[in-house]
Amino acid sequence: MSRVEILNDGGLRADGRRPLELRSLTLQLDTIPEADGSASVSHGLTSVSAAVYGPREPKNRGTVHHDRAVINVEVGVAAWSEAGGRRRGRGDRRIAELAASIKSTFEPVIMTHLYPRSQVDIYIQVLEQDGGLLQASINATTLALISAGVPLLDYVCACSSGCHNTTTLLDLNNLEESDLPSCTVAVLPASFKVTLVSMETRLHVDRFEEIFRGALRAGRVIRGEMEAVVKGRTRGLVQDMGRVRAAGGAGAVGTGEGAKAVAGEDVEMDDSL
Amino acid sequence: MPREADVNLSSKAFVTSALAQGLRVDGRSPLELRELAISFGRELGNVTIRLGKTTVLAHTSISLAAPSPERPYEGTLAVHTELSPMASPFHDQIGRASDEEVLLTRMVDKAIRRSGAVDREALCIVAGEKVWALTLTLHFLTDDGNLLDAAVLASILSLKHFRRPDVTVVGSEVTVHTEDERVPVPLAIHYTPICITFAFFESIPQPILDPTHLETQLATSFLNLALTPQRELLVVSKTGGSPLEGDEVMCCVGWAVERVREVNERIEKALKEDLQKRVLEVR
Repeated sequence: MSRVEILNDGGLRADGRRPLELRSLTLQLDTIPEADGSASVSHGLTSVSAAVYGPREPKNRGTVHHDRAVINVEVGVAAWSEAGGRRRGRGDRRIAELAASIKSTFEPVIMTHLYPRSQVDIYIQVLEQDGGLLQASINATTLALISAGVPLLDYVCACSSGCHNTTTLLDLNNLEESDLPSCTVAVLPASFKVTLVSMETRLHVDRFEEIFRGALRAGRVIRGEMEAVVKGRTRGLVQDMGRVRAAGGAGAVGTGEGAKAVAGEDVEMDDSL
Repeated sequence: MPREADVNLSSKAFVTSALAQGLRVDGRSPLELRELAISFGRELGNVTIRLGKTTVLAHTSISLAAPSPERPYEGTLAVHTELSPMASPFHDQIGRASDEEVLLTRMVDKAIRRSGAVDREALCIVAGEKVWALTLTLHFLTDDGNLLDAAVLASILSLKHFRRPDVTVVGSEVTVHTEDERVPVPLAIHYTPICITFAFFESIPQPILDPTHLETQLATSFLNLALTPQRELLVVSKTGGSPLEGDEVMCCVGWAVERVREVNERIEKALKEDLQKRVLEVR
């Protein structure tokens, strides 16, 4: 059985990327119309879909907090997502840990104090796995929350990184994740602070610092992409609003003055924010 | 299921204002561990760790089993942890495990089993047919904060203390020798994972090590690090809580390296002392 090289002589990885190159990133907002907010994120072949319902009436009165909202996260992994098609139930430890990590990552970032006695439900569905599951789930959740209009302190951007000999690799796929020591870092890009660090493999302390800082920087890059998608969506919404308002003003049965005033206003998006 | 009452405001004010001056309620300095007491039971592999008031009992047992078809050359190690109301009346959730229990179990699993500290290939007797199946059971007796560090310590001590029966293999015939026939053999352990937990508080720059239960309730975020005395990180886990600077994380790693070295010396000493007291040889 031939072993695939992690990094070949030309400095390229098994899938042709350079060490610090991220996989092709697909970010889509509002993929599930029924949900209050939804998003779909793919890092290369890893694909995760997140739906957010809330803030809404809490289902379980026992867990209600009097001064803030309760975050509830459920993760479902499709049986076809893994190579070999293994079916994982809800009680599976790995999935329970993933859900618990996501919940504790977002609890301090969502402004829960604005919605006392309510609940925010986050449902994550893993469609395809090729390494970087935690990072994709976190990124998808951030976008879904933005799509739902839930107020956040900042974007939460996550990226995985690993170490091969002394080279730092970013955004690992399944092959690299199973072979190399790796860590996943979720960062709040504006303040460069870390909300989640997770490493499960043995790595020397000095090497860890390198990959840790690499993942921090990658989080910033992902933020740029997220911002572009969110702004694009807002721009679309603003244009639609302008059209609706213009159409409403023309057809309204009102005074001539009122119609003129409405038609004259132009809804503009502030790109400086 | 009773839910724990929040810490009252006067206690909270007292603890946080003391921490702001670098003092802890029990008189420790911020980066000081509680008193560590190690006691070994009669059986090999039975260890009780006391970290302050937090008490964890670990015990290892072994049996013969068939290996898993995916890994025919390796023995197995299973870690059983159960958080019962004995540790604290608020750990009583029948059915689905609470978030805390899930994270605790997973961390212990990652540090002890998944990190590969125990050489599983050395547990193989006849490839594909018979291997040793190790079971490590953890009992949480008292929870006064920082169950995780105590649990990992207890686990690795139990594994290092344990001796398995010696085996002779002739062809595919396996003879397991009892204690009277042959001296039991120690497990092959590559490195000693030791876990250190840091707790962070809002608007207080200095994190503390080994939080008590009260400090745990008031802390805003935690950082769990599992290291070996050879300056290698096994598990890094910071899930949620208030965000930290990258430099703060690296600072904690530096402090943890020192603490781990000290703890390792203590446990090596304890193991050596216990070994001298026991009669393991057959004359």
